[in-house]
Amino acid sequence: MEGWDPNTKSTLTQIPLLTTKAGPRDGAAWTQRLKEEYRALIAYTQMNKSNDNDWFRISAANPEGTRWTGKCWYVHNLLKYEFDLQFDIPVTYPATAPEIELPELDGKTQKMYRGGKICLTVHFKPLWAKNCPRFGIAHALCLGLAPWLAAEIPILVDSGMIKHKDDAASSNES
Amino acid sequence: MEVELKEMLDDLQSLRQSLSDPTLHASIDKLQSCVDHLTHLAKSVPVRRSKVKDMSAEVVDSNPYSRLMALQRMGIVENYERIREFSVAIVGIGGVGSVAAEMLTRCGIGRLLLYDYDKVELANMNRLFFRPEQVGMTKTDAAVQTLSDINPDVVLESYTLNITTVQGFETFMSSLRNKTFCPSKEGSGVDLVLSCVDNYEARMVVNQACNELNQTWMESGVSEDAVSGHIQLLIPGETACFACAPPLVVASGVDERTLKREGVCAASLPTTMGVVAGLLVQNTLKFLLKFGHVSPYLGYSSLKDYFPTMAMKPNPQCSNAACLERQKEYILAKPARDAEAKAKMEAEASTAAADLPLHADNEWNISVVDDSGLESTGGTSSDALPEGLIHELPSADEFQKPPASEALDTGIVDLEDLRRQLEALNAD
Repeated sequence: MEGWDPNTKSTLTQIPLLTTKAGPRDGAAWTQRLKEEYRALIAYTQMNKSNDNDWFRISAANPEGTRWTGKCWYVHNLLKYEFDLQFDIPVTYPATAPEIELPELDGKTQKMYRGGKICLTVHFKPLWAKNCPRFGIAHALCLGLAPWLAAEIPILVDSGMIKHKDDAASSNES
Repeated sequence: MEVELKEMLDDLQSLRQSLSDPTLHASIDKLQSCVDHLTHLAKSVPVRRSKVKDMSAEVVDSNPYSRLMALQRMGIVENYERIREFSVAIVGIGGVGSVAAEMLTRCGIGRLLLYDYDKVELANMNRLFFRPEQVGMTKTDAAVQTLSDINPDVVLESYTLNITTVQGFETFMSSLRNKTFCPSKEGSGVDLVLSCVDNYEARMVVNQACNELNQTWMESGVSEDAVSGHIQLLIPGETACFACAPPLVVASGVDERTLKREGVCAASLPTTMGVVAGLLVQNTLKFLLKFGHVSPYLGYSSLKDYFPTMAMKPNPQCSNAACLERQKEYILAKPARDAEAKAKMEAEASTAAADLPLHADNEWNISVVDDSGLESTGGTSSDALPEGLIHELPSADEFQKPPASEALDTGIVDLEDLRRQLEALNAD
């Protein structure tokens, strides 16, 4: 965990760890795991709100809890940039992490695989492997997506690849 | 078209005869030779070759299998024609998978199952196989188009899906189980699965499926910096599975800190991918047609032209439950394996005894020592790696299961309650 900022580190220690090693094909054990995922996500969302650092919404898109959709946003130069967020729980979960997708940014940055999957190889995958099965969706958002947004969104905005929705609207009118 | 060209030639001929001025004959001749050339071109428009019922060893220009059947005549392969009975599944039709598919198609493999969810892009053109006019097609459709032209004898099945999703995985499993191509075959419906995917998640999924089906498979990979690669044979229960130890990759041989990773996720070269596809299919042919030595692991470092090899035994503490089951079965089957090996040795000994002794006297008391005792050191445990190989990811830390009381109180909470709590937080 060297090289991570103290804020992320202290947030991480407060997200409840998970204990059940189960994937979507594991029946009752998966239901148990899903409960732990919810507890961690609820705790993390509450923590973000009380620290005035609310930055995502996520909910299960199917009753089995294998597909998740929502929004995430990032504030740069006092402007809020919001993106659709989605991922599937892979059959080999939690041995492998969910592949987080921001479909609107597909093709706009090199730090992304096809389909809008964000590149997590260097900063996140080793951590996930080391902490299996204790890390869950909340940890993937905190350690995978949050640092990716912090690194990429300022570059994408400054280079003009993405525009704020107000700017985009006004340029359409003119 | 040929008829029109013929008429044109006739017209030119009569024109030439009716011309009184012989100085114009030269230009008429030139026109005639142009039409001749066009006629020749028109005759050579591509024709699809028809299916071949039996593989013939006859050496004629029109036999697509003569050079392959020659392997049999030269004593390399005992029965080459058996290749038509085999089914191979290729997962990932990218830089390695597509080339592997073409190689197996040209070798006359019986059936290929192709899996990919991606489309062909112009960014793929630095690799082999796909052509610019196929941009926008799914990789599976484009591959079937090219492969069925090259060799219509091969039965091609394509699956455009993502095997890591729950639904994709079910289809993947049932397609591997399907035995309609060769109902008499034991086990699953395929002889070998080749993993040619570009990420850890998909490899773990292939591993899961093959462990559950007790299916032998081969894994392949090219590094993100495009200068090294590897192939690995995985026999559930007998060799290490992909989850037994963190994945092994070839160290690139350059200082990792000097590598410029900024701004790019992956580089690729047609050369490295072609080499790895070649190594993979060579190992496949040796495995299927039973010749030579089938490599358990072969690495390729292009910067140093270094090819490390090794063998890995399964991890008795593997985190994959299906792997542990296969390991148990493998240990239980040991007496049967030993008996088979003994019978084979005796059969060989009896044929050898019929021959005259190789040496009439043995002045120096030289004898051949059985090296089966050395076998236990043959497979390396995961912590002792040969030079040039490294683990790609760390192992999971040891962790203690918390006391049962905590697990119990989480069990009481209803899943629906939790979902509502999160939705309430999401609402404001």
